Amino acid sequence: MSRAEVAVAAPARAPRRRSGQWAAWGFLVPVVIYLIAFYAYPLYRNLDLSLHKYTVRSFVQGGAPFSGLDNYRAVIDNPTFWPALMHTIVFTGVSLIFQFSIGMALAVFFAQNFKLSATLRALFLVPWLLPLIVSSSTWSWMMNSDSGVINSLLRAVGVDPVNWLTSPSWALTSVIIANVWIGIPFNLVVLYSGLQAIPSDIYEAAALDGATSWQRFWRVTFPLLRPVSAITLLLGLVYTLKVFDIIWIMTKGGPTDSSTTFATWSYKLSFGNLLPQFGPGAAVGNLLIVMALIFGLLYIRTQRRAMS
Amino acid sequence: MTLSRRVWGAVAALSLVAGVTACSNDSSSDSASGSSGGGTYNIWDPYPQFDDSSDWVKLLQKCGTDAGATVKRTGYDTTDLTNKALLAAQQGNSPDVLIIDNPVVSTLAEAGVLTTTDDTKIDTSAVEPNLLAAGQLDGKTYGIPIGANTLALYYNKKVLDAAKVDPATVKDWTTLTAALQKVKAAGKKGITFSAIGTEEGSFQFLPWFWGSGANLTQLDSAQAVASLTLWTDWLKKGYAPNSVLNNTQTTSWQEFASGNFAFSENGTWQLANAKKTGFEYGIIPIPSQAGGTAPAPTGGEFVTAPVQKDTGRYATSEKIIQCLTSEENALTTDTTLSYVAATKAVQEKQVAANPELKVWVEAVGAAKGRTSDNLGTKYPKISEQMWTAFQAALSGSKSPQDALTAAQSAAAAATK
Repeated sequence: MSRAEVAVAAPARAPRRRSGQWAAWGFLVPVVIYLIAFYAYPLYRNLDLSLHKYTVRSFVQGGAPFSGLDNYRAVIDNPTFWPALMHTIVFTGVSLIFQFSIGMALAVFFAQNFKLSATLRALFLVPWLLPLIVSSSTWSWMMNSDSGVINSLLRAVGVDPVNWLTSPSWALTSVIIANVWIGIPFNLVVLYSGLQAIPSDIYEAAALDGATSWQRFWRVTFPLLRPVSAITLLLGLVYTLKVFDIIWIMTKGGPTDSSTTFATWSYKLSFGNLLPQFGPGAAVGNLLIVMALIFGLLYIRTQRRAMS
Repeated sequence: MTLSRRVWGAVAALSLVAGVTACSNDSSSDSASGSSGGGTYNIWDPYPQFDDSSDWVKLLQKCGTDAGATVKRTGYDTTDLTNKALLAAQQGNSPDVLIIDNPVVSTLAEAGVLTTTDDTKIDTSAVEPNLLAAGQLDGKTYGIPIGANTLALYYNKKVLDAAKVDPATVKDWTTLTAALQKVKAAGKKGITFSAIGTEEGSFQFLPWFWGSGANLTQLDSAQAVASLTLWTDWLKKGYAPNSVLNNTQTTSWQEFASGNFAFSENGTWQLANAKKTGFEYGIIPIPSQAGGTAPAPTGGEFVTAPVQKDTGRYATSEKIIQCLTSEENALTTDTTLSYVAATKAVQEKQVAANPELKVWVEAVGAAKGRTSDNLGTKYPKISEQMWTAFQAALSGSKSPQDALTAAQSAAAAATK
């Protein structure tokens, strides 16, 4: 029923409106239960874990003392913290820049619909179709210092081989390369569908006005793609911040933390040792959530401003 | 309304991130059933490779039937089992019998998850003391080893012959390094091992660490530095490949199986694969710095009985455990798992049946539990610093001395 109708009818039909409300709540309940059970409660537990001093004993027997922000302080004082933060930012930033720009270039390229473009586009989706464990293991194998195919190629063209995964100065670059490769299809698909939505008469008008193809891209395509670009980047950011499997399979965050990000560090603290440290692990996880949340809110804010 | 819905949406989307750490209470619920039901006894083991038709599972069923109980067995991945066991204990539905990797026993004991062998009246007198020590904390024993494995050096006979190296001359570090040098001069690769930044890497480093006379309570001793320098120099001189930094024991074995390497530091469990490599191989114990067999860490699982609310269940659990570790059954089990038995009597039977195992029995005899010396739950913290140190030294970001000094101060702070 429309809002006006309700407003007019409200005084006379109050009881019926109430029953309608009950029904509305009834429909909401499954969603609310789902949200609470699978989102709110785990978040609350994670927060709870990060605010108590858990040992394996108190994890099992209960009675972990409340320790305020001690876990956060311990995490920030940990020598791994600043390198891990830097790696998280570099990993996310560089991955996004390359994924997005390569994805955009390919999307524009494929938007021209030449022969075979559908087949080629399908090929670009391969990284997306492979399970992460398969692609990461393959990258790890290709980047092997001694028997990897990349170093064989380098040797063949007379360049010194690189210790891709085992050198502290290359490990982060290597996982970024793998992550960019894996992230391109997502950017390509979303941006390509965004391009389809731009009406072709705008391009025709621009062409009539004498715009070069370069101008057409920067003056027409890019501005009209802005909403799609924003959501692509935001989703990409959230996906990239939490990337764990690629790094863990390829380098385990090593050698000595040189490719550790918050995601792998959090896992390492909670599960990567014989003696789990749930408190600090949860604290790092929460910092990661906060980082993603900040960008999420920024996105919502800019979107609202754009709409109003 | 619109705003709040959006915020909810954002929260929902972003909490995907929480998946990394969100500690789920629900994950163990499938194992909840049965632990208090009638005659059903739950057994968890880290051998998911065995299905219901395997000898191992049949033995479990038989031991259950003999004890007058029905056995419900679940096999978990070994890395998964520690957390599964902790969560189950938190929820009060631990299995009746838990078979778990030996360095984890002290962690679970510390958490109060395991009963002592005094509580359950399990007889451990026949077990070799150096193997039992991994399950002992503050004078109490928390389980009984089902068998043991450890590390030794596999060698490729053809590669050594080509380099004119007699494996019998490899008695200490100097002769080993000399052998590697000859192998490299002959155009082949020296040695491969696993120096990955996880517990697996520490496991592989310990024979050299202990073989220098170093002690885990002092990571930066001169002996410890000597052991790390040995590894680092092998890498620098090209006797060992750079890929060891990223090698698991499986990938290191694959390198050896390619036939280009003279030596591989690997475990008992590779024996079956060694026969498939297609080249002649041999096994020598890992030498210590001054000569003689270095103490390698013990691998292998302990059979434990987690704490139950209903203490009446222990009697049956005890029968099942005694059955699993009895002489006759241990022989079958350890043969299936490619382990060395934990008791002298069964070890003798194994060697009688397969003389190839002699070197492994000797290596297990010299081996040492990682959590022994009453290190207990301090071991995981020390181990983490140790693998950080050898990763730093091998990757060239720190000298062995600097890496170990940093490791010692971090380990001392963590175990205070």
